[in-house]
Order: sequence, then structure tokens, then C-alpha cells
Amino acid sequence: MKLKRMLALPALAVMPAVADDTVRLNLREGVTEISQRVYDLHMTIFYICCVIGVIVFGTMFWSMFRHRKSKGRTPAKFHESIRVEVLWTIIPFLILAGMAYPATTTLIHMENTDDADVTVQVTASQWKWHYKYFDHDVEYYSLLATPDQQIHNKLPKGENYLLEVDRPLVVPTGKKIRFLITSDDVIHSWWVPDFAVKKDANPGFINEAWTIVDKPGIYRGQCAELCGNNHGFMPVVVIAKEPAEYEKWITNMEVKQRKAREREQELLSMEMSKDELMKMGEKVYNGICAACHQPNGQGVQGVFPALAGSPVTTGKDSITKHIDTVVHGVKGTAMQAFGTQLSMQELAAVITYERNAWGNDTGDLVQAADVNKVMNP
Amino acid sequence: MSTTVDTLHHEEHHDHKPSGITRWLFTTNHKDIGTLYLWFSFLMFLIGGSMAMVIRAELFQPGLQLVEPHFFNQMTTVHGLVMIFGAVMPAFTGLANWLVPMMIGAPDMALPRMNNWSFWILPFAFIILLSSLFMEGGGPAMGWTFYAPLSTTYSNDSTALFVFSVHIMGISSIMGAINVIVTIMNLRAPGMTYMKMPMFVWTWFITAFLLIAVMPVLAGAVTMVLTDKYFGTSFFDASGGGDPVMFQHIFWFFGHPEVYIMILPSFGIISAIIPTFTRKKLFGYSSMVYATASIAILSFLVWAHHMFTTGMPVVAELFFMYCTMLIAVPTGVKIFNWVATMWRGAMSFETPMLFALAFVILFTIGGFSGLMLAITPVDFQYHDTYFVVAHFHYVLVTGAIFSVMAAVYYWLPKWTGHMYDETLAKFHFWASVISVNVLFFPMHFVGLAGMPRRIPDYSVQFADINQIVSIGGFAFGLSQLIFLWVVIKCARGGEKAAAKPWEGAEGLEWTIPSPAPYHTFEKPPKIEG
Repeated sequence: MKLKRMLALPALAVMPAVADDTVRLNLREGVTEISQRVYDLHMTIFYICCVIGVIVFGTMFWSMFRHRKSKGRTPAKFHESIRVEVLWTIIPFLILAGMAYPATTTLIHMENTDDADVTVQVTASQWKWHYKYFDHDVEYYSLLATPDQQIHNKLPKGENYLLEVDRPLVVPTGKKIRFLITSDDVIHSWWVPDFAVKKDANPGFINEAWTIVDKPGIYRGQCAELCGNNHGFMPVVVIAKEPAEYEKWITNMEVKQRKAREREQELLSMEMSKDELMKMGEKVYNGICAACHQPNGQGVQGVFPALAGSPVTTGKDSITKHIDTVVHGVKGTAMQAFGTQLSMQELAAVITYERNAWGNDTGDLVQAADVNKVMNP
Repeated sequence: MSTTVDTLHHEEHHDHKPSGITRWLFTTNHKDIGTLYLWFSFLMFLIGGSMAMVIRAELFQPGLQLVEPHFFNQMTTVHGLVMIFGAVMPAFTGLANWLVPMMIGAPDMALPRMNNWSFWILPFAFIILLSSLFMEGGGPAMGWTFYAPLSTTYSNDSTALFVFSVHIMGISSIMGAINVIVTIMNLRAPGMTYMKMPMFVWTWFITAFLLIAVMPVLAGAVTMVLTDKYFGTSFFDASGGGDPVMFQHIFWFFGHPEVYIMILPSFGIISAIIPTFTRKKLFGYSSMVYATASIAILSFLVWAHHMFTTGMPVVAELFFMYCTMLIAVPTGVKIFNWVATMWRGAMSFETPMLFALAFVILFTIGGFSGLMLAITPVDFQYHDTYFVVAHFHYVLVTGAIFSVMAAVYYWLPKWTGHMYDETLAKFHFWASVISVNVLFFPMHFVGLAGMPRRIPDYSVQFADINQIVSIGGFAFGLSQLIFLWVVIKCARGGEKAAAKPWEGAEGLEWTIPSPAPYHTFEKPPKIEG
């Protein structure tokens, strides 16, 4: 099958417009009015280039075959003609002007973010997306869900390898959705090809984009701007649901998140056992911290500090400093403030894990209440 | 004047030059310095190329096999820097050194000691840059475009080395450019008016002005990165009142004219080679000059087309879209003029001509994808994907680098006094032209299908095409060893070359013997007509 596909490639190369389900060679038409218009513009300019190419290369090859010395040609003497030169300045200009018109109207339409029905704030950070709904009390992080074993070739790769997340963004169909895009650290770029939306997430500034998704479905994209180590591991997944279903989902989510917050307050007084803490901590660590500090806690020399044997994770009186580092981050470095990203329980667990894994063995247990003391003094 | 000519004339007979390493270290001779530049450029081409091999090997299959993402990012970054500042730009400066004085009938470059200096600081710049790969935490990993704040707050200390090496490269380029301008303005043979200069001289003249205009801007950008990282300024940090997007404006105000710095001299080379092997004068010489000048001027007005997704006001997006589309007009004029030169000529297909023809076709393909990228709404989809990677490799590899290879084959008989091995050279051409298209053409498809650039791993749908691309890459890399062999073989011996080895060639460089004597045109030649 693979071989057949590869053999078919040269044929497809001649006609990139041919769409194939297994080997995609062309731009997506997408699922929005805008993405369709963008696709049409793309095909128009592509065909214009093809026509110009055929004329120019055709003339060239004609010369190469007919006007060669080996056929005994004597070269012509002409080397100037104001008329043709004016002609081939003006004609391309007119073609371009014709192309500029639809491009301009589409662009103006794309940049008009007025009258949105739903507003979602998209905040990027190394290497995850955070979604916050403006009209509901719902917000969450969205992280790569592909297991590390697949990336390091220890398990077979799944169908949506590198294009799957733990919690996708959910939007209603048929509604104008406005995205407010920003970043907490470096520049990222939020891109969903099926919507023809790609907008940079700039730290300290907010960009706007919008879409109206016509068809329910799951749409996948990726971060498009180099954002450091795990730039290639920062997918975007959007689920578009019918408005009624979306309403059900979002109210449900709102209740769930409120309950989780209430429960967290209750849990402050509860103590977790070391086993529970270590188990939860390992999961959180591998999901979030390992991207920089590495699964073995060794970090990357000169870039990301090692946690194994570090004074912050093993020092006698370093618990408060350790909690503070994880909760508030380290300004001026890649270390983010995780206080807003994880629950207090998760923070307590991951700190306990870091203090006891990889031979750190301090025996220290950190509970949610300890974290609370640092977060809300 | 006449006495100077006499003393110089005296020296001509014993080609006086020191021998051994001091000849190369202390040389102020434009031919020696040209040779140094060209060999340096080829060395950098191999180093940058081997980094590309690492990239293509990692991308051969989905998953991480050979390198970790951090090292992968260093490879993409340093590959770009080495190829642009180490391979392409010095190659053109080398060609300018060899050819500009011989083409305008000058005895040497106007500022020979500065010429020595501008070459000899380059190796140090690259030693600094390449050695940063071995420091703790590795070399620069923020892309050759070093966008803030990835290059400031989020980079390791290799940034300092990177900044200093870019400063040195910039100083070298500026000195080279000043030398070219001063030489062309002052040392043209009597009777050689501006509108009689060969196209290569014209294109380099304009390129040199671009260099002087934008290299200081790059120096400013890297300095701001340095002070943001180490001295507490906030040029690009919003929390201190700066703006990371401003970095991109400054960078691309350098970066876009830089693109033309790397292609205008190519236009000059192609405009020399096509008429020679067509045995017909270049069509529309003056419109070629005006088109080159218009491209250079327009190149200052299009920088933000690299930044359409940064969230510019719609009016700015429209302005930059229109200007970018406009640049296709003078570029089109150049292509049409080359084709018109071929029309009803008497063509033959020696290796320089093969590379020149491949240039015209493949550079035009790069121009087409450039035109597509100019359309802002569609650029949102293309931006930062492999479509862009395909585009700029078509203009830089099959454009700039193919033109350098064409130039080397074309003037090699003049430089060495020997003809190169035509069979081997043709083999090099066909191996290169086939593999380069296997390498870069399918990148258009993965790009359109949605594969972002600068990623060490990709989703399984892109696997087949990436495999083909990698195979093309390895083949293209290996093909360049044939080039090395042809050049060495030619330098060491071969059929003796006549003063004018190409039937249709025109220009002063063909009036002097092959190999060109160490000192030429001590008495300025007379330009007739």
C-alpha cells in the first residue's frame, strides 16, 4: 500500500489539486466560509502561476530545442524593444491588480472581529494552551496527550500522533467565536488549518481572530511559531458541537469546575499519604515538568537546571523556597508560575515527588495546606 | 599618473608575491582574497550542509530517533546562519573580488588593506559561532531569526557569542561593500561609463548599497537583544514597556533587503552567462539595470510580509501585500529579458549554461511561491509551514547557490588557466538538479498539508513525503562532493584554457591571459564605442 502511494506521487505532483485521503498534498478547504475563500484565492493564484509558467518555460524550452548552435543556427542581432518591454511590465501589473481585489476584500472580512457571540481567551505558554471562556466561569489548560513512549518509539504511534490533547477547546457551530490570543512567555502561534486562523500569541499584547464553524467535528492544528524546546509538541484541538450540545457541555463544565474549587478548600484540612502523593506527583511531573527538567530529573545542562540533588529540592530548610519556586516561578527564566495551572493538591504532590524521587529521598511530605500557606499568606 | 603606471609595469614581469602561508595571511591582492573568500564559503557550505543532513536524518521518520529537540533547534538555527552569512554572502564577495576589478579594467580593489581585513575577521566570527555549539547548554536554538523573547529571557549564554559573531560578520560585510562601491566609482577604465558596466558589476554595485543600509540595522537588533538579556533594558519586553513585535520589524527591515543581497549578484552572473552561451547580446540591458534598482528600492518597503500573523492593523497588511506583489513586476522583467535573450540565439549547453538555465526555471518557481505568499489571507495558511521552507530554498539554493556554481564553472578557466572536466561537471549538474528537486519540491506539499517548520517530529500523515525529501537531501549533499572534486582537479591541471575559452563571451576579463596574471590592468585599457 505504502509503495503504491509512493509510486502515485509523481503523478499527483503534476496535479496538486487532486485531493487524496491518505496523502494530502494541497491546502485544506476547511469548514468555514473564510477557509473556503482562502482556498479559492490559493487555487486562483496557483493557476495564474501555472499559466505564466507554461508560457515562460514553454518559450524557453522552444528556444532550447530550436535555437541551438548544434543545429547550425546563427544568432539574431536584436537586443532591445521598448514595445515588448512596456508590454511585459504592464500585463503582469494588471494581472496582479486583478488578484489584489479579491485578496483585499477577503482580508478585510477576516480582520473584522465585531459582533461575536462567544469570546474565548487563548493564552499560550511553553508548551500548552490555556482557554478561558468569557461568558462562563470556565477555564482550563490543554496539553499534548501523546505519550512519551510513542515519541521515543517504544510504543506504536497512534492515528493522531502529536495532534491530540488532554482537554480540547469546545466551541458551538454556527456562532461567531472571537479568540483573544496572548502569551505568558515567548511568542507562539495558534493555528487551526480548517478554520484558516493563524494568529501569533505575543507576550504582553492581545491579538484578535474569529471564526464561524459550519460543521460539527474535531479539528486539529499546531503551534506555528518556534517557541523553544517542545515547539513541535504543542497541538491545538478544537471540537465544534451543535449549539444545544455546546450549552449542555459548558453548563456542565461550569458546575464541575465550581465543585472542584469547593472541594479543594475542603481538602486543605486533609492529609494525603506518601504513596498517594508520590503517585499523583509522578503523573503531574511527567505531564508538565519533565518537558524541561527531563523524566530523570537531570534537566539539560546550561538550559534547564537538574532537580536531582539540587539544593532547592533536597536542602534541609528549602521546602518553602521549593514551594515558592513552583507556585510563583522564577522571573526572567523559563520557569513558569504553576500556582495558577495546578490544584493545590497537585502542587503538593509534585513537590513531594521532586523531593523524594531520583535518589533525593528527603522523606519530606508536602500537603495542600503547606502550599496554601505560601499561596495565600 | 604616468610614473605610477611605469613602476607598476615594471613589477608585472616577475609576478612578485610572498610564498607559503604569509602570502595568504598578508595578501592585499584581489585575486588571492577572492580565492580565500570562495574557499571559505565552500567550507561553510559543507559545514552548514552537514547540519542539514542531521536535520533530514532526524526527520526521515516520525518520532525522535537521533537527536533531542534542543539539539535539533540548534541545528536549524546554526544551519541558517552558516549558510546565509558563511556560505552565500562570502561566495558573492569572493566573486566580486575576483571579477569586479577585471571587469572594469582596474588593477585591484580600491582599498586593498581593508580588503584583507574584511576577509580575515570572518573565520573568527564563525569560530565563535560554531564553538558556541560546544558550550554548556549548546549553541543558539532560537532560529536564525532569533525572535525575542526566545533569544533574550529564554536563551542560554550562547546568545552572547552569537551576538558578537554577528557583529563581526556585519563589520566584514560592510567593509566589503564599501570596497566594492569605492572601486566601482573610482577605478573604472576610461570610457567605461556607468551604462557600459557589465551587469554583474551593476548588480553588485546596488547590492553593496543595500549592505551598507541594512547591516547596521542587524547590528542594532543584535545589540538590543544583548542589552535586553544582560543589561536590564526592555526593548522587546512588554513588562518593561517594550514590544516583542518591534524586534521583528527591526529584524525584517534588515532581513528583507538581505534576501535581495543574496540574489541580486546572481542576476548579474546569469546576465553574463546566458548571452555568452546564446551568442547574442543581453536583451534590454538598460531595463535590466532599472529593474535591479527598482527591486532594491522596493525591498525596503516589504519587510512586514514576513509578519502578517503578528496582528498588524489591516491597513498595514494591505500596504505590505500590495508592495510585495509589486516586486513581482521588475523581477518578471528580468526573467522575460533572459528568455528574450535566448530567443533566436545559437545556444550551446556547457555546464555554466546548464546551471544558468536551471537557475532561470527554478528561481522562477521560487518566485511563484513567493507571489502566492504575498497574498495575505492565504499567507495566514502558508506562514511558518514547509511551504515557506520550500519557497526560500528554491530562491536560495537553486537561485543563489546555483548561480554561484554557474559562476565558478564559467570563470574557473580564467582563474586556474585550465579547463574543468566537462563530463564530471555535467554529472555534478544533473545529480544536483535532480536531487535538489526531490529535496525541495515535495516540501510544498507537506507545507500545504499543514506541517509547521522547525519541528523535530511530525504527525504520521507527513511520513511518506518527509522520507522522500530526506533521500533527496542526502543525494544533494553527496553531489556537492563531485563539485569539490571537479574544482580541485581543475586547479591542479587539465587542458590549457585560452584567454577567451567561451566563444560568445564578452568583457574585459577575457582580454587578459588565462590564468589571469597576479597583477592585471596596471595600465587601464581603453573602452571603445
